[in-house]
Amino acid sequence: MTLLPLYDVTRCDGCGLCVSVCKCGALAMTEDHTVTIVQMDDCGWCGDCELVCETGALQCPFEVVFTDD
Amino acid sequence: MAITVENLSKFRYFKGAEPGRLAGLPQLFTERTYQKGQAIVSEGDASQNLYFVGAGVVKIFKMSPEGKEQIIKLARPGDSFNDPAVFSSGPGPYTAQAMGATTIYVIGKSDLLPFMEKNWLVAGNALEELAEQERLLLTLVEDLSFKNVTGRVAKILLQNAAAGPEGVHRLTQYEMAAMARTAREVVGRSLKALEDSGAIKLDRHRIVIVNKEYLDRLAGLS
Repeated sequence: MTLLPLYDVTRCDGCGLCVSVCKCGALAMTEDHTVTIVQMDDCGWCGDCELVCETGALQCPFEVVFTDD
Repeated sequence: MAITVENLSKFRYFKGAEPGRLAGLPQLFTERTYQKGQAIVSEGDASQNLYFVGAGVVKIFKMSPEGKEQIIKLARPGDSFNDPAVFSSGPGPYTAQAMGATTIYVIGKSDLLPFMEKNWLVAGNALEELAEQERLLLTLVEDLSFKNVTGRVAKILLQNAAAGPEGVHRLTQYEMAAMARTAREVVGRSLKALEDSGAIKLDRHRIVIVNKEYLDRLAGLS
């Protein structure tokens, strides 16, 4: 299963910045001004959405491991 | 995990104590559970409880008047926090917030101190714990004063990878920035630089440490 960025709708102010910076086209705004992940396999986990999100609603957390197993 | 003598003896405060000496200890503790984002104790609180992480990860941090966080440490199972508020007369020096579903064991100062008076090994362990916490703070001052951001990020990655399955926590760039006292953009550039140098591999949601020795050198650990 493809891991998705974490999205907290209660924090989202619907500004749409994340959608505008998403190079992968993975995000879209809904009619009620929340974010939805429309192309989950296209998300490259670049973190740009997290970077511009002023409210911390979108997060791309990393698991850190020593090996590639 | 229930509050038992066996489980409590895993915490540094009670390590090495004979089980019989700890027999009455579990009754002095209460167990609390917290969800992601819930504050366990806040900076400036008058709480004189000592907290132990039973399960989960707790963010220990200070907040600037502008709302910027400086993460002091991520407390993991076995770690204690709020120790300075218990052993000194001042208020709580930092905020502790659950990073996910978390189980905490709590003992009040009024229960702990009389117990320590009768158990000098526990009192000695407490001194050791406080000394370790002071050492951690001095290391943080050293890191923030003398290491560049990439060296600080390297250290954060190494510490997180070494935390083991019980203390695993997926780090956001925001959290790395709050630990390394820098901006998220700078953390992003540091990660890219580490990837370009071949020290790590960014594998979507995973950061794979490929060259630990190189990161150790950057972090000043070797």
